[in-house]
Amino acid sequence: MLELHDVHAYYGNIHALKGVSLTVDEGEVVTLIGSNGAGKSTTLKTISGLLRPRLGEVRFEDGVLNAVPPHQIVSLGISQSPEGRRVFPRMTVAENLEMGAFQRTADATLQEDFKRVYRLFPRLEERRSQRAGTLSGGEQQMLAIGRALMAKPRLLLLDEPSMGLAPVLVELIFDIIRTINQQGTTILLVEQNALMALGVAGRGYILQTGQIVLADSADRLRQNDDVRKAYLGG
Amino acid sequence: MAVAAARLPSPGGLRGLARNETLRNRVIVAGLLLLGVAYPFFYRMIPSAIPAPDLNNLIVMSYYAILALGLNIVVGFAGLLDLGYVAFFAIGAYTAAFLSSPHFDIHLTWWIVVWVAVAIAALSGILLGAPTLRLRGDYLAIVTLGFGEIVPLVFRNLPGDITGANQGIRPIDPPTIPLAGPWGDQLSFSNSNLQLALYLVLALLVFSYWLCQRMRDSRLGRAWMAIREDETAAASMGINTVNTKLLAFALGASLSGFAGAFVGAYQTAIFPESFRFSISITILVVVILGGMGSLRGAVVGAFALQYVNLTFLRWVGQYVNPPLNSVGRSTGIEFLENFVLHSYNFLIFGIVLVVMMVVRPEGLLPTRERKAELHGIGVAAEETAATADEVATHETALEEAGEAVTIEDLPPEDQKRDR
Repeated sequence: MLELHDVHAYYGNIHALKGVSLTVDEGEVVTLIGSNGAGKSTTLKTISGLLRPRLGEVRFEDGVLNAVPPHQIVSLGISQSPEGRRVFPRMTVAENLEMGAFQRTADATLQEDFKRVYRLFPRLEERRSQRAGTLSGGEQQMLAIGRALMAKPRLLLLDEPSMGLAPVLVELIFDIIRTINQQGTTILLVEQNALMALGVAGRGYILQTGQIVLADSADRLRQNDDVRKAYLGG
Repeated sequence: MAVAAARLPSPGGLRGLARNETLRNRVIVAGLLLLGVAYPFFYRMIPSAIPAPDLNNLIVMSYYAILALGLNIVVGFAGLLDLGYVAFFAIGAYTAAFLSSPHFDIHLTWWIVVWVAVAIAALSGILLGAPTLRLRGDYLAIVTLGFGEIVPLVFRNLPGDITGANQGIRPIDPPTIPLAGPWGDQLSFSNSNLQLALYLVLALLVFSYWLCQRMRDSRLGRAWMAIREDETAAASMGINTVNTKLLAFALGASLSGFAGAFVGAYQTAIFPESFRFSISITILVVVILGGMGSLRGAVVGAFALQYVNLTFLRWVGQYVNPPLNSVGRSTGIEFLENFVLHSYNFLIFGIVLVVMMVVRPEGLLPTRERKAELHGIGVAAEETAATADEVATHETALEEAGEAVTIEDLPPEDQKRDR
C-alpha cells in the first residue's frame, strides 16, 4: 500500500533521512521506533507531503507522492495525527473534527463519521462544544486522532500518540488504535514508547540517525537483545 | 462546583439565547441603517453644543469601515499581518481615475468602473501575495510595508503624464444615474450631493459586510481560521494553504479597491499624497480597536475612530485651543500659541491603543473566541476553567462559602473539570 524507497530528506543542510526504505501493507499496523531526532516525524512528513524527499521515492498504491501537494495527499486517503497533537485551540471539538473532513465537501456520510468518532471517543462527544485549547492532554490526543479519522483515511499516520500522557491514558489510546485498525484502517505508528507500540503493531522498523537499522516482526523485535537494551529498558 | 454550575444555562436555553441575539442584532442593524438614511434630513437641527458629525465625516467613517472589513479578512481571519493595505486602496482609486476622467479621455460609467477596480485590486493582491506568502509573521509584514510605500511612489513618479504625478488626476466622473427630476437631469453621487453619496457608501458598506459574513461562515472562512491557528496542522487537514492565503489577500484587496473606486469618484480627484502609510496604520488600528476577526468590531471601530478624528477632536478643540493659544501668546510659549488639538490625533490614537491593550485587549466588540481566550468567562457554556486564574477564583469562591477546600480535595470528576 505504502512504500518508501531509499528516501533522503533534508532540513536545510541537515541530512535528516539517509535512505529510508519501508513498506506498509493494507490492513497492517506498522510501527516506526526510534529515539529523539532519529527521523521518525521527518519520515511521516515526507509521506504527508509537508517535507519533500530530495532523493528516493514515496509510493502510495499506484502513484508516486514525491511532488503531490499535502492537500491532495489527504484526498488520496492518507491523513495524519501530528506530533504534539496540534488541535486548533480556539475552535470547538466539533469544529476541529469538521476541519478534519475539510477535503470531503457535501458528503452525506459525514454525520456517520462524526458518530463513529464519538463512539470511539465518548469523551469527545461530551465535550463537543468545548474549545479544544481547554481540553486535557489526553482529550486533545483523542481529538487529534479523531480529526485525522474524519478525513476517512485508508492509511492513518499517528505521530507519538502517547507523548506526555499518563500511563492509564496511554493504555486507552493504544486500545483505541487497535480498534481503529480492526475497523479496517491501515496504520503507520511512530512511537518512542516501544513497548506499547510493539504490542499493537504486527511489524516494526527501528530508526537510528536517519537510517533503518532493523526491520522485523513485532514479536521478534521484542525478543531482540539490542532492541531490549536500547528501547525496552533491559 | 455549584458556583460553576449556576453559571451554565441549559443547552436549550443557549440555543434560544442565540436566536434572540440574532433577532436583536437585526433590529440594531436595521435601526442604525434607518438612522443613517434619515440623518441628512435632521443633522442640521442638532444644536452645536452636541458634537455631531457632518455628512462628509459620516462618509469617511463609512468607507473606512469598508477598508477595515477588507483588512480584517487578511489580518483578522487569516492572521497575516499586512502593513501596506493602502496600496490596494490607491490602486482602486487610480483605476477609477484612469477609466472615468479626461486624463486618458475614457469615460466609462462608474457602475462598471467599480468592478474593474475591484478586479485589478484583487489581481494586485495575488501579485503581491504569490511571492511573499511563503514568509511568515514579521517578514511578511515588512514586505507588505514596502509594497504599501512603493505603490503611491510609483503613481507619483511614473514618467510623462501617465499618472499625473503630484497633481494627481481630476476631475473624475462621479457615479450618476440618468434619472431626471426636480434635482436636474441626473442623480449624481459625489461631493456635490453629499446626501446621495452617503446613501451610496452605506449601500456599499452593507454589501461588503454581507460578503464578509458569508465568507466567514463558509468553508473558506473556516480554512482561514485554521491557518491562523496552526498553519502546519491546517495543511495536514487537506487545506491548500498557499491558495487559501492568496484568496485572503485577493479578497481583502478587492474590498480596498472597492472603497478606492468610491473615494476617487466621490472626491472627483485623487493625489498620490493621499495614500500615505498612515492610512494603512489607521485601518490596522481600527481592526485591532474593534476586535480582530470581528465584523461588527471593524465597522464600529471605523466609526468610532474616525468620529474622534474628524468630529470630536475638532469640537473639543473649539473650547481648548483658544484659551491655550492666548496663554501661549501672553507667555511667549510657541507650542501653546500654535496648539491645535486635532493635529495630535495620532498621539491620541496611540494612547487609546495602549489603554485598550491594558483594559480591553480583545477589542471593542470581540468575537466570542477572542473573548473566551482573553477572559475565559461567560462565553461557551461548557467552557471549563482552563487557566490558573480561574482555578484560583474557584478556590476563593469555595473559601468564601466557608469550606476551606483545595482542588485536590474535590472528587476526581471535579478535578478533571478544573484542569
